[in-house]
Amino acid sequence: MIILTGNDLKTGAVVWWDGSDWVLHIENAIDVGGNAEAVMAREESARRVNVPYAVEATLTDGVARPNHIKDRIRALGPTVRPDLTLKPADPEIGNWVI
Amino acid sequence: MVDILRFRDDEAVDHAAVTVDSFVEQTNANAVRIEPSDDARDLIPHLAQIHLVEVNFPVFGDGRGYSAARILREAGYTGEIRAVGDVLVDQIGNMKRCGFDAFEPDAPLDPADVKAALNRWPEVYQESADSRTPIWNLRHE
Amino acid sequence: MYAYDKYDQAMVDARVEEFRDQAQRRLDGKLSEDQFKPLRLMNGLYLQLHAYMLRVAVPYGTLNSRQMHALADIADKYDRGYGHFTTRQNIQYNWIKLEDAGDILADLAAVEMHAIQTSGNCIRNISSDHFAGAAQDELVDPRPYAELLRQWSSFHPEFMYLPRKFKIAVIASDTDRAAMRLHDIGIQIVKNDAGELGASFYVGGGMGRTPMIAPNIREFVPLDQLITYSEACLRVYNRYGRRDNKYKARIKILVHELGAEEYTRQVEEEFAHLLGQGIEPPIAELGRIKTFFTDPEFADGAKTVDRSDPDFALWVDRNTHRHKHDSYVSAVISLKPVGGIPGDATAEQMHLMAQLARDYSFDELRVMHTQNIVLPHVRIEDLHALWTALDEAGLGTPNLDRIGDIIACPGLDYCSLANARSIPLAQKISQRFTANGKEDTLGELKLKISGCINACGHHHAGHIGILGVDKKGVENYQLLLGGSEAEDTSLAKITGPGFSEDGIVDAVETAADVYLSQREDGERFLDTYRRIGMAPFKEALYG
Ligand code: SF4
Repeated sequence: MIILTGNDLKTGAVVWWDGSDWVLHIENAIDVGGNAEAVMAREESARRVNVPYAVEATLTDGVARPNHIKDRIRALGPTVRPDLTLKPADPEIGNWVI
Repeated sequence: MVDILRFRDDEAVDHAAVTVDSFVEQTNANAVRIEPSDDARDLIPHLAQIHLVEVNFPVFGDGRGYSAARILREAGYTGEIRAVGDVLVDQIGNMKRCGFDAFEPDAPLDPADVKAALNRWPEVYQESADSRTPIWNLRHE
Repeated sequence: MYAYDKYDQAMVDARVEEFRDQAQRRLDGKLSEDQFKPLRLMNGLYLQLHAYMLRVAVPYGTLNSRQMHALADIADKYDRGYGHFTTRQNIQYNWIKLEDAGDILADLAAVEMHAIQTSGNCIRNISSDHFAGAAQDELVDPRPYAELLRQWSSFHPEFMYLPRKFKIAVIASDTDRAAMRLHDIGIQIVKNDAGELGASFYVGGGMGRTPMIAPNIREFVPLDQLITYSEACLRVYNRYGRRDNKYKARIKILVHELGAEEYTRQVEEEFAHLLGQGIEPPIAELGRIKTFFTDPEFADGAKTVDRSDPDFALWVDRNTHRHKHDSYVSAVISLKPVGGIPGDATAEQMHLMAQLARDYSFDELRVMHTQNIVLPHVRIEDLHALWTALDEAGLGTPNLDRIGDIIACPGLDYCSLANARSIPLAQKISQRFTANGKEDTLGELKLKISGCINACGHHHAGHIGILGVDKKGVENYQLLLGGSEAEDTSLAKITGPGFSEDGIVDAVETAADVYLSQREDGERFLDTYRRIGMAPFKEALYG
């Protein structure tokens, strides 16, 4: 599947495209199929997202899991600071990233 | 027609600038256009006959034109030096310091932004091609 | 240390306003990201893996307690309670909002700090010897020259869009603690036969994709021509440095392709021309700057410590450096706790270090390029009190220049350019060598890790270097041996095929064991490597 990510222009936060908005949690990312370029161009020019790009991912346990480790780290946060990630309380989350 | 921002009182040259190569051959031209890879020093023997040097910025991130302008001013050239191409408001302050006195940007500049940019710096640290006195000279006047 | 006058202050204040205006124009859509990017980079603002990152300049690594407190406050107020000290003596924050950036710059300006030119294709923060003004072996304090260069390079109208970034280091001793010859320009302040001070210029060094050691292009530039000569070096680069390929755009490639001799000839020609242009600052300006770097009032006192506490004695042996006054030392605060993140400090730790600087070091701190902090002037009789306070705060690790004192770039945990993570390796290696007790026996061993070829972690210059690479989407690590960034500068060589994350930790231990079994009296790892060469290491690693 193809999902979209970028950063929020004002806050810099990593965001994912859920079909109508840019959201923090990758769980809400949708497969945009062949529409990636069109959505990104529209959203970037409206400044609803900054430097978006398309990510190849695989649906795993119902959640898009990016194929490249870089995007998995983006989705969660730094592996060396679990306390600062989006899932600080989940001891298993490291396995999802690595 | 794009707006030309000029900081000179004389009449603007109204015909097209020629390339450095054709300028060197074509002895009657008085306007020449420098590309980033041209050597501004090739013009030095001919400065007396030149009234306009256009310095092209195909992309704003290519900074060779800044050196070109300063080199011409250091050689005593007093005619117009015009920045053309991808000339943006956040770069014109430094261009002016390097000796540019006219700007012909691809995309028009907001006059309020131009004014803010040109009035931004209360002082300057270095000597350059403008007449501003560097801070280190002010300190030891 | 240097203090702003009304001019310096007006310049940083103007910069804050300029950036507020630029950020607003970006938010309003008047600037595209492509147009805004170089502008924000010249204010140290990156868009990193997780958020905006702000890099704050610490000119030549020197700061006072008020500034360190302000850095801590920024970490608390705008970030997540910590900062990361970098290999260019700066500090960076990882979780910055664009909307806050203007306010942060204003807070910095209030304590005479800024983020000017901490990124972008321009002249970056000038770095220097972290023991400047304190070291027993220095000719003079190199920082006044660095400060003069700071002013010259700030907002330089001609050199804001160079082919690539440009890094300058200034030292003034034969011992090189600033990796001087691995900079675009390295300057050593020297004395000529007539006893006059001048600057020896090394140009075209660097790490990254094509590491090079800078050749000396001029042995002596008189001090009243320092800026003019620098300007000539930069102008030749601005005009002729390659712009067709980002990876060939650093000045090292120009110097290499032209040859040092031809580059020097062009610089000399430009220099001769510029000498007639009157661009040199009045020599009195250097004199003015020097008045800010005079010695504090050192007082005689104890010259030795009470060594009855072995932990304290160990820390003194490892983490203090000889001072020009024999009742003082420079004390290194390790930001490399075992299993910790190299270079990270919490806001509380920063506040504490600031307080200790005030109490024990004439209000002064230094950032080392090895990502530690120095208190430059500590009375020997205060060392025990200082150590006690540091130890309680987890800042007393006695590992300076040991295998646990690892340089590690942020790597894939934070950096959008990374191929692999660096920090977890540093954590595992420091834990491994503490647990097996070998850190002590190994002695001086400088290990440096970069998460990609950009080499922010100086892996080429490590006695042992590690480079993260991307092997079909999986992190992989190359091992390098034999680098040095000291006065005996050398570039490390790759041992062979790369290793997995756990494999590389084993490989480091294997290499360390080869050294332990082969070393002769008094040899460091690097000396043994240089004597026996790569073969025995390869044999042990790949058999
Ligand atoms: S070396 Fe590479 S991964 Fe590490 S900080 Fe530099 S650019 Fe990022």
